[in-house]
Amino acid sequence: MGPERIRLSGITKAFGALKANDHVDLTLHAGEIHALLGENGAGKSTLMKILYGLLRPDSGEIRINGQRVSLPSPQAARAQGIGMVFQHFSLFEDFTALENIAIPLEGRIADAALRAQVEAKARHFGLAIDLDRPVHTLSAGERQRIEILRALMQEPQVLILDEPTSVLTPDEAEALFATLDTLAEEGAGILFISHKLEEVRRLCSRATILRGGKVVAETDPRAVSAAELAALMVGEGVLDLRPAAAHALGEPLLHLDGLSVAPEGVHGVALQDIHLTVQAGEVVAIAGVAGNGQSELYAAISGEGGRVTAGRVTMAGQDVTRRDINARRALGAAFVPEARLGQATLPQGPLSENVILSWHATESLGRWLLDKVRIGEVARTVISRFDVRTPSADPQAAQLSGGNLQKYVVGREIERQPRLMVVDQPSWGVDARAATHIRQTLLDLAAKGAAVLVISQDLDEVMVMADRIAVMHGGNLSAARPVSALSRAEIGLLMTQGESPARGAA
Amino acid sequence: MEMLPFILATVFTAATPLLIAALGEHVTERAGVLNLGVEGMMIVGAATGFAAAVLTDSSVFGILAGALAGMALSAVFALMVLVFATNQVATGLALTIMGLGLAGLIGQGFVGQPRAAIPPVKIPLLSEIPVLGKAIFTGDFVFFLSLALIAFVAWGLNRTRFGLLLRAVGESHGSAHALGLPVKRIRLVAILFGGLLAGLAGAYLSLIYTRFWSPGMSAGRGWIALALVVFAGGHVWRLVLGAYLFGGITVAQLHAQAGAIGLPSQFLSALPYLMTIAALLFLSISGRKGAGAAGSLGQPFVPER
Repeated sequence: MGPERIRLSGITKAFGALKANDHVDLTLHAGEIHALLGENGAGKSTLMKILYGLLRPDSGEIRINGQRVSLPSPQAARAQGIGMVFQHFSLFEDFTALENIAIPLEGRIADAALRAQVEAKARHFGLAIDLDRPVHTLSAGERQRIEILRALMQEPQVLILDEPTSVLTPDEAEALFATLDTLAEEGAGILFISHKLEEVRRLCSRATILRGGKVVAETDPRAVSAAELAALMVGEGVLDLRPAAAHALGEPLLHLDGLSVAPEGVHGVALQDIHLTVQAGEVVAIAGVAGNGQSELYAAISGEGGRVTAGRVTMAGQDVTRRDINARRALGAAFVPEARLGQATLPQGPLSENVILSWHATESLGRWLLDKVRIGEVARTVISRFDVRTPSADPQAAQLSGGNLQKYVVGREIERQPRLMVVDQPSWGVDARAATHIRQTLLDLAAKGAAVLVISQDLDEVMVMADRIAVMHGGNLSAARPVSALSRAEIGLLMTQGESPARGAA
Repeated sequence: MEMLPFILATVFTAATPLLIAALGEHVTERAGVLNLGVEGMMIVGAATGFAAAVLTDSSVFGILAGALAGMALSAVFALMVLVFATNQVATGLALTIMGLGLAGLIGQGFVGQPRAAIPPVKIPLLSEIPVLGKAIFTGDFVFFLSLALIAFVAWGLNRTRFGLLLRAVGESHGSAHALGLPVKRIRLVAILFGGLLAGLAGAYLSLIYTRFWSPGMSAGRGWIALALVVFAGGHVWRLVLGAYLFGGITVAQLHAQAGAIGLPSQFLSALPYLMTIAALLFLSISGRKGAGAAGSLGQPFVPER
C-alpha cells in the first residue's frame, strides 16, 4: 500500500434534524481502490460532496497527504489533486466534448493546444472519444468517458467516482475497470461509490460501509461474501423475492403493433416499428440504457404524449391508439410513471388527495364536492396494505422518502385492481428493502392474473422479475425472449448494438 | 438613386436601438437568465439620457447616463432573481411596468424640448465611396459603437474563457455549480451587461433617433428586441440580420404611408409588430421547440448548502 492520500476524521454534517454524516472516519492510500458502500440515504454522496468542496462539514478534519486542509470550493479541492466523476453527469448537453473538458480547467479554452493534450491523455488511458460531437448525441458510456477524461486532465491524486456503473452496459463497465486499474497502478487513490456488491468485490481492495450516516464497518470486500456485505449495508438480512407459483397465461392485454412515434423536443428519440405483446399473468420487462426511447415508449403506452405516426396500441382487445390515459384506465390499465413527484403525485398534496389523480378515471369520488371520506379510506388502505411508512396520518407526498412514496404510488394503482399494470423504473432511487417489497408486489399481481410491463434500466431488477425480456436501443425494441433463454452478456450486446437482423429472424 | 443612401441610413438608425438592446439580452439569455424587462430598461435609459443631456447640455454625457440608468434598473432585477430567486418572468414584467412609470417621472418637465443632432462621424476615405459611403461610413458614433459591440459579443462569447463559462452557466447551472463555477457572479455580469445595453438603446432613441422625449416613446421596441433574440436562436449573425430586417420594415412602412398606397396608416404602423408575432409563430410551429435557447433559461438557481 502506498502513502496515505486522504484521512477524514470525525466528519459530521447535519441537514436540519437529519445527520447525513455522523463522525465518519475514512482513510485512502495511494494505489488503492476503496469502495464506499451504503444504501440510498446512507450519506455516501454527502461525504463525497464534502471531500469535493461542495458542502462544508459541521465538524471534523480533512487531511490530504498528511496536511490538514479546508476545502471551501471545488476549485480548492481540485487544487489539492481531488477529481470527481459525478453520478448524474455534470456535463453540458449542447457543448462539444472538448468544451466540456475545458470548463473546469483554470484559464483554458477549447483550442488546439488543449485538444492535443486531451488526445494524448485519452490515448494513454485507452479512452476513445470524438471531441467535436455535442454531448447530447453521445451514449451514457461515452459521456462518462468525457467526465473521467475531464477529471484526469487535472492530474488527480485522488479520483472519486459516484455510482459510475449504474448507467453502463456490462462491457462498458469492464472497460471502466481497466482504466481505473491503470490509474491506481500509477499511484492515484480511487474512491468508488457503489451499491453493486459484485463489482465492488471484483475491483476494490478496501471497503468502508455507511449506514444511517455512520461507518458500520471497514473491511476487505474480497474476504467476505456479497451477502455479508449486503447485511452490513442494510442492517439485517435482505428480503428475498418469492417467485410466483406456476400459473397459466391468459389473453393478451397489451399489444403494440408496428408502433412508431415522432420524437419530442430537440433531444427526443423516435420510436420505430415497435412490436410487443403482454399477456395476462406474465411480467414482461424492457431493459436498456436510459435515453434509448423508454420514456417515449412509456408515454405512448400510457397515452400521455407522443405523436403516433404509424401502428396501433391495443388494450384488452380495443384499439386505444388515439385515446387518452383515462380511456385506457377505464379498460383496466394502471400506470406508474418514472417521476414520483410531480407526475405520479402532487408534491404538496396530501396522500388522500393524491388518490384522485388516477382514481377519478374509473371511480366516483363525489358529484360536486370531493368525497373526502372515500379518498381518505382509500389512502389509509394503501398505507396499511403496502407498508407505507408515513410521518403522520395523511402527510404531503413530498414528505415521504423515495421508497415509501413509490410503495404508495404502486399500491394506489394496485388498489384499482388493474388487469394491466405498466411501471416505468419501479425502484429507481429506492432503498433495497422497499425495492424488494415493490418487486414482490408486482410479481404477486401477475400471479393473480394481471399483465405487468416493467421498464427498467436496472439489469438486476429485470433479471429477477421478468418472465420475458425485450431490450430498447436507439428507439427500436428487440423481440421479447424468455428470461431463461438470455444471458447477461446477450442482453448487454442488445443494449449496446440493438438487434442484428439475423438474430431477429432466429 | 439619390434617395438610396438616405433610406439606407434611416434603416440603420431605426435598426441600431433594436440591435443594441437585443445584443444585451442575447448575452443575458446565454447565461440562462430571461429578462423581460428590456422595454422598461430601455425607456428609463431614454428618459434619463434625455434629461441628463438637457441638464449638462451634452448628448454624449446623456447617452452615458442613459446606459448607466438601464444598468441600475437591471441591478434591481439581478437582486430579485439571483439573491431572492424570484420567478424571472414575473420579475421581468414587473421591471417593465416599473420602468415605464419611472421614466414618466424622470422625463417630467422635459416633454417636447428639442435636442440638436450629434454631428455625424465620417470615416476618412471610406465615406467618399458613392452610395455606401453615405449610408454605412457616415453616421453617429453610437452606430459605429454598435458594430463594435457585435464583434465584441460574438468574440467574447465564443472565443474567450469568460464566454465559455457564461454559456456553461446558461446551459446547465446545476452542472456548473457542481464544477464550482460562480454561477451567480457570472449571471450578475450578464444581467448588468444586458441592462447597460438596453439603457444605451433607450438613450439612442431619445437623443439620436427622435431627438425629443415623450412618455412611452420606446413603443414596444424592447419586446421586438426580445423577439429578435428568440429569432436568432443563439446565433449573433442571425440577430444582426433580424435587427436590420426589422429596421427595414419600420422604414418601409413610413415610406408606404407617405406614398399613400391606400392601406390605413395604423395597419402599416402595426407591421413590425405583426412581423414579430409571425417570427415567433414560425419558430414555434416549425418544431424547433427550445432549440438554440440556453438549457437553464428562466429557471431560478438555488444551490444546496
